Amino acid sequence: MSDKQLKKGIGELFTSPNADDMRAFLKDKSKQMKNKLSSVSEAIDQFVKDGDYLAIGGFGGVRIPTALIHEIIRKEIKNLGFAGHVSTHDCQLLSAGKSFNRCDAAYIVGLEARGLSKNSRRMFESGNVKVTEWTNGALSWRFKAAAMGLPYLPSRTMLGTDTFKRSAAIEVECPFTQQKMAALPALYPDVAMIHVHRADVHGNCQIDGILVADDDIAKASKRVIITTEKIISNEEIRREPSKTVIPYWCVDAVIEMPYGSYPGNMPGEYFSDEEHLADWLKAEKDEMQLEEFIGHHILSSKDFYEYLEKNGGMNKMRKLMQAEHLY
Amino acid sequence: MENTYNPMELMITIAARNLEDGAMVVVGTGVPVAAAMLAQMTQSPNLTILFEAGGIAPLLPTMPISVGDSRTTHKGLKATSMAEIMELCQAGIVDYCFLGGAQIDKYGNLNSTLIGDNYEKPKTRFPGSGGANDLASLCWKTMVVTPQNKKRFANKVDFVTTPGFIEGGTSRVDAGLPANTGPYKVITDIGVYGYHPDSKAMMLLSLHPGKTIDDVKANAEFEVIIPDNYETTVEPSELELKLLREKVDPSGVIIGRG
Repeated sequence: MSDKQLKKGIGELFTSPNADDMRAFLKDKSKQMKNKLSSVSEAIDQFVKDGDYLAIGGFGGVRIPTALIHEIIRKEIKNLGFAGHVSTHDCQLLSAGKSFNRCDAAYIVGLEARGLSKNSRRMFESGNVKVTEWTNGALSWRFKAAAMGLPYLPSRTMLGTDTFKRSAAIEVECPFTQQKMAALPALYPDVAMIHVHRADVHGNCQIDGILVADDDIAKASKRVIITTEKIISNEEIRREPSKTVIPYWCVDAVIEMPYGSYPGNMPGEYFSDEEHLADWLKAEKDEMQLEEFIGHHILSSKDFYEYLEKNGGMNKMRKLMQAEHLY
Repeated sequence: MENTYNPMELMITIAARNLEDGAMVVVGTGVPVAAAMLAQMTQSPNLTILFEAGGIAPLLPTMPISVGDSRTTHKGLKATSMAEIMELCQAGIVDYCFLGGAQIDKYGNLNSTLIGDNYEKPKTRFPGSGGANDLASLCWKTMVVTPQNKKRFANKVDFVTTPGFIEGGTSRVDAGLPANTGPYKVITDIGVYGYHPDSKAMMLLSLHPGKTIDDVKANAEFEVIIPDNYETTVEPSELELKLLREKVDPSGVIIGRG
């Protein structure tokens, strides 16, 4: 190491990286393979409370648990912390609900090629949200460290940048090679919400396509709520055990929610509704208009089915299925 | 022969030519994926495309709108996790990554986090690193494609989101980043730039047809090194333009912006 001075990020660490806390929690957690079927409303009442630290599965506009996030807005749950691990439409929703006050940010306020969310920007430019800076790799490895039951993992990312300076990572010297590494603190969320393709009533889950970080997030989180396109039998899970990405013991609630990733993409099932996402971005330009938009789509919808109906229902879903399969 | 093309088409074509057959590249949506697709259709049929969300070696039917959408695994070889993609980069098997950003300085450091000098209350908040910092830290060569103007080519970026050569010289390796990695080329609408082997400061490699050294200077806040032997960029060929317009981006989503 030519630069001996080891640096420390000045960002706030929002969650404890202590692996023993999670060990104690898991020791007492029920490992019974019981029926965990629930509803969106019940699951949010039971497992998400003001001030919790939240991890959302999927990739912002791909395989996201939209119904659960809507419910957080409807139930006016506030002061959440969340992992902005490519948080696009989910960040947009949580901003619309003014649901959080702290964020581990790797990718926030944008919707990739679609543009920036004006309202998410308002939220993050207000000065009312505490932010600690990370990268996609760093947050992935923070979840992985937690999934491994460790307090941290070394990595070679973020070194030498302001991203590191505003993170809560700490430079360490490798005890074997004496090289400088960034130690990434394990991230143990209070609650994770993940949308999957198929699950049985016990919470054994199958995911098609990219995993993003969801296998690790499920293991890292104290409580896990699953929405699934479809409930399948335990027999079907046992027929192909290599397909089980999330095992039952991680999971607290299972909700059948067809089209649950809408307006996001669900790999192999339906493509994202780009028109509706464009409407979102448009509505955000004006705060009054946004209030009306959220009122119409989320607050006045009694459940996710009503939201789907308002956006074209089955007819629209067929079109998105065709788009997914490039017809 | 003379072709008519717009700056976007020119930048994509140059980027595509920089991806040799057999290389592995991590791309994002927009210009990078268009360049990788064009490279596969021309000199590099065996270019392996990776997406940071987990898609490996898809046969892309159309340009993706998200680096995690279904297109990024269409007829792919593997659908995996973000951690695994970054681990491949950290392990040293990935040759190139392609990045953009709101600002770049003379050492290739990029800002995609914020504009302003108050971190707690930024004037403008951007998405942040995403995977950019990881990719630029861990892939062998970083390529940047960006339109060039004085605001973007900044003396000092407001926030170093993603490492270039940090403060030049050996500072990148001193910071602990893997040796022999770093900024490789910057492709703009004015020219193509590399980096001086010792100082690691940005240096003109080739000037696009019709552009002048004055254009380079007028559109950079910092002083770009102008060597005696810079070249003139080879224009896009008829075939490259045809493939780009008819196969890569038939609806003009990206090249229409030029």
